[in-house]
Amino acid sequence: MTGIETFLAATVRSALPLAFAALGELVVERAGILNIGLEGIILAGALGAVVGAGHGLAAGYISGVMAGVMLASIFALCVVWRRTDQIITGTAITMLGVGATGSLYRVLFGASGAALSIPTSRPFQVPWLSELPLVGPALFAQPPVTYLLFMLAPALAWWLYSTHAGLALRAIGEAPAAAEAAGVPVRRTQALAVVFGGACGGLAGAVLVLAQAGTFAENMSAGRGFIAIAIVVLGGWRPLGVALAALAFGAATATQFVFQARGWVVPYQLFLALPYLVTLAALASAAGRTRAPAALGR
Amino acid sequence: MLRTTLVIASGTAVLVATLAALLALGGYPVLPALASLWVGSLGSWYALTSGTLVRAIPLMLAGTGVALAFRAGVFNVGADGQFLVGAAAGVAVALAQPPGVMAVALALLMSAVAGALWAAIAAVLRRRFGVLEVISTIMLNFVALDLVSWLVRGPLQEPSHIYPQTATLPEASHLPYIPGAGRLHVGLVIAIAAAALVGWIVRHTAAGFRVTAVGLNARAAVSAGLVDAAQVRERALIASGALAGLAGGVEVCGVTFALYENISPGYGFTAIVVALLAALDAWLVIPSAILFAALEAGAGAMQRDAGIPATLVTTIEALLVLALVITQTLRFRIARPVPSSGAPT
Repeated sequence: MTGIETFLAATVRSALPLAFAALGELVVERAGILNIGLEGIILAGALGAVVGAGHGLAAGYISGVMAGVMLASIFALCVVWRRTDQIITGTAITMLGVGATGSLYRVLFGASGAALSIPTSRPFQVPWLSELPLVGPALFAQPPVTYLLFMLAPALAWWLYSTHAGLALRAIGEAPAAAEAAGVPVRRTQALAVVFGGACGGLAGAVLVLAQAGTFAENMSAGRGFIAIAIVVLGGWRPLGVALAALAFGAATATQFVFQARGWVVPYQLFLALPYLVTLAALASAAGRTRAPAALGR
Repeated sequence: MLRTTLVIASGTAVLVATLAALLALGGYPVLPALASLWVGSLGSWYALTSGTLVRAIPLMLAGTGVALAFRAGVFNVGADGQFLVGAAAGVAVALAQPPGVMAVALALLMSAVAGALWAAIAAVLRRRFGVLEVISTIMLNFVALDLVSWLVRGPLQEPSHIYPQTATLPEASHLPYIPGAGRLHVGLVIAIAAAALVGWIVRHTAAGFRVTAVGLNARAAVSAGLVDAAQVRERALIASGALAGLAGGVEVCGVTFALYENISPGYGFTAIVVALLAALDAWLVIPSAILFAALEAGAGAMQRDAGIPATLVTTIEALLVLALVITQTLRFRIARPVPSSGAPT
């Protein structure tokens, strides 16, 4: 692979968990709910994947998704059923994710747990396409779960804008009272949206473990849940926009590999901080250019 | 106030019961574990002063800050980052001064200024670009961590350039210990004074009334011609950053005497729980901070004595917040987070 191909491949790899988490959060926010607990949900997915991976990769992905769904269901219960404050509840969900995964990991895998290492998904070379110059290795020689993302983004776009259910979801995010009057089951739809977001967040955590790190570490999500929420804003609450925004963040993370490869002397902490700085800059630049669902967070 | 005191008392009971249940679930011996929790937190004069109360100081300061911001409807979840830059500024200033009382005073002042400036970034991002504080303050936490990581390996590294930490403060630049109370330092007095002062301001001054009015119903406060709501929120956020920054300064001058990466075991997040259990009342932050400090000090003892993961406490804190919001014990609502990114068209 050439240098630029390596960079593009690293971009897609770094973008993958962010894209899954952000697409899920997009659906949640379109239903008018802001789930700050996404960070904890990703962690739950990561631990779930570690637990399930003992029975094979597929089991790892499934149990990661299930763990995300479980934590998201608690959030749905509070926010949709009891109408609790979304931000406080989300913060508690993130803390629960951090605390519970840290404790459970130690209980399940012993005090150190550091030796634990899980076989990761191998890249699957798509015949012919992976031979394409430049984008071939980046897009078509990745772990198979990457190809699921290629389908998820357009599928969500179609579902949101071309189906009755998608219209109903968007209506709830803009004017829940009007949607209710039009016969849309508002609470049920919101709860399902939160659960879908939990499944995507859990998958993002599973990707971190099974397609990338190959192990679990406390707090390994490292703020990706919050970055994903920023990506939803930057993507203008539209699936394809969100997918592209996730790629832009992947590129920001991947620049550190380029600098390392070229031996440029810059404090490495600057690269570690880069995704967070880019998030702030991106949110500031998105001001006034995108519009949030009118009833978001209420 | 009586009601909230009852909430804190029953909160304590619920905490201990939940802990016992989780321990039983995890297959740990419940009674010995609870015994070491007690011994490690309140069971002896030494544990109370050098363990619990020392830990309560940063929680009290940061918790007071969080309570103030939340009260104004600003979701400042960046106390941890503000604590870190405060600690960094405190160490840098104290090391640059000739050792003595003036060095400590200046260090504490500059740590509060640093925390305020760090929070001001989020305030500017909100005012100029409509970026939600919830996101910006969290991002700034990560940036602060990387900043400290760079400082202790770069410009502020100790003279021998071996360890990733700063030089140790000379003894004359330490906050003095309280006589007869082990490692407990006068930071406790500063923290209690800060909480008391903020509580008094909120209760008895026009500025405090504006904060509460904006937090409860910004639109009504503006319609009544009371306030510039954006400005009130901004100032509350900056003051809250100053308090968290001061917590960092007090921690380096009173406990660690040096700056290193893991200087905050998540004080900024525990501060959120501290403020919520205190129902955002700065006076009640004092007992609430002591409660959580005892819990965390005891958890450390449980981990040492019985190998029980200390992260269990984070789990319990999260469950407590969920219980508080579900039972609607918290009678306030944080002002709407949204009218910001993408102002309604």
